[in-house]
Amino acid sequence: MGRIVEWLDARFPLTAFLKHELSEYPTPRNLSYWWNFGSLAGLVLVIQILSGIFLAMHYKADSTLAFDSIEHIMRDVNYGWLIRYIHSTGASAFFAVIFIHMARTLYYGSYRAPRELMWWTGQVLLLMLMATAFMGYLLPWGQMSYWGAQVITNLFRATPFIGDQVVIWLRGDFAVGDATLTRFFALHYLFPFLITGMVMVHLVALHMVKSSNPSGIDLAAKNNIPFHPYFTVKDLFGVGVFLLIFCAFVFYSPNTFIEAENNLPADPMKTPAHIVPEWYFLPFYAILRAVPDLLGGVVAMAMSVMIFAAMPYLDRSKIPGGARHRPFFRVLFYVFAIDVLVLTYVGMKPPEGVLIPVGQVATFIYFGLFVLLPFISKKEEQWLRARGLPPELQALVASEEAQRALKKKGAL
Amino acid sequence: MADQHEQDPKDPTRRDFLNTVTGVVAGAGVVAAAWPFVQSMNPSSDVLSKSTAEVDLRGIKVGESKTVAWQGKPVFVMRRSDAQIEAMRKSPGGKDPEPDDKRVIEPQWLVVVGLCTHLGCVPSRKDEGWFCPCHGSAYDNSGRILHGPAPRNLEKPPYQFVSAEKIVIGKA
Repeated sequence: MGRIVEWLDARFPLTAFLKHELSEYPTPRNLSYWWNFGSLAGLVLVIQILSGIFLAMHYKADSTLAFDSIEHIMRDVNYGWLIRYIHSTGASAFFAVIFIHMARTLYYGSYRAPRELMWWTGQVLLLMLMATAFMGYLLPWGQMSYWGAQVITNLFRATPFIGDQVVIWLRGDFAVGDATLTRFFALHYLFPFLITGMVMVHLVALHMVKSSNPSGIDLAAKNNIPFHPYFTVKDLFGVGVFLLIFCAFVFYSPNTFIEAENNLPADPMKTPAHIVPEWYFLPFYAILRAVPDLLGGVVAMAMSVMIFAAMPYLDRSKIPGGARHRPFFRVLFYVFAIDVLVLTYVGMKPPEGVLIPVGQVATFIYFGLFVLLPFISKKEEQWLRARGLPPELQALVASEEAQRALKKKGAL
Repeated sequence: MADQHEQDPKDPTRRDFLNTVTGVVAGAGVVAAAWPFVQSMNPSSDVLSKSTAEVDLRGIKVGESKTVAWQGKPVFVMRRSDAQIEAMRKSPGGKDPEPDDKRVIEPQWLVVVGLCTHLGCVPSRKDEGWFCPCHGSAYDNSGRILHGPAPRNLEKPPYQFVSAEKIVIGKA
């Protein structure tokens, strides 16, 4: 064994790589359990790719066969029900994990310099995940699948001048049809591998700037500990807790994430009385509906996802420790979280009565918070400094500023 | 290497010219190679061949709307009552005004594509017209948008009467 590794190491940096990036990789010792969700997202990606490959062995991407092939998987294929429920529950798990991962980043200000690229590659990963989930949702060819795809592809009608042609090009037909199904299947199979590539970029960037931590500053070397065994164990414990919850859904309540209406085959002549997207798209869907204009709604929905990318510039405070030491920012964070929950509820319900103004107010608050952030974060920092930072925090800021000055000197 | 031919934008060298030409030709080649792949995603010949549909108008009662398939899309064929025609002629429509006689060939027969111009759901039939369950757009008995997020009236497909009781959709 040792000789084989020796032979390899002379030709490929195997041991050096593992040592540098895994076993001796320096990690802040104060990471809390909120830092588990990155590795959990990696785990869900693997679960989705594996279960998806096995589903593809039995699935038929043809509008006349697709719905029946899902029933075939559920009834005839050995453990087909299990593999499908793992895959359908996994989609929801993926978004749950990613949303918590993003919330952690927002709360602790982990998007700030020097981790902007972590945040932006994460933003690209979120968009790719949304596209993959959306295309995968068409494949069972049920009523919700069909009308979800119909509505979302129609969003591209808002393209100036060539909107109608763009929609027909995307669908390969005048309405969502067989051509749409086959191309969605091809792309749904491709995207996870593109995501894997992007995850590599995300990780290379991480290993350059290293993990952020609850204190919000770059810790001196004495506060870092090797990744293995401390965080391999901590991550594995998180995996255990995650799998308990995941399996509870897969085995006891797998239909929580499958709309009843989707057990009816797609009918291009009849829209279900009430169509709803999957839960993870609801806030964005509510924002789309809140604007009483096609182009305006589409722009607002796209903005609601993309605006996160501006966070490194919108947050102008240099106080470390994220929301923990920043009372106003903390209020903004929780108002935002509640607002997203309200939008989720509004997106779930039919667009009528008091829910229409509620959705519009919630949309206004959603964007309003991002607009206010530059002013509030600046004022908050001035106020905190004028009032005097707690001694512990003062020490952190001083050490960070000294470090920055030192770097500047070195650069000159 | 770099300082051997120091760049002066006012005095391009022979190599600058060759670099630019190579870049442009390579770019054009990539675009040309991409073209067949982009085109392959547009509707294929068999999809295009489904472009007309015949509808037998017998059996549609006064005030009733029938849904037929054309290009895989639903088309509403409605036989309007005299009262409905009268009401529609008086009304200019909603946010996309259009006189009723511009929307029909025979005032008795309204033929419109049954997809909401907002995001393409199929509106459901109500007495006063159609209502889209997805995002709440309402249309009148001329297929004109009254309120809701939809920007335009229901689309008029090209169609013609081949006899008093038969129309062909997809051919004007």
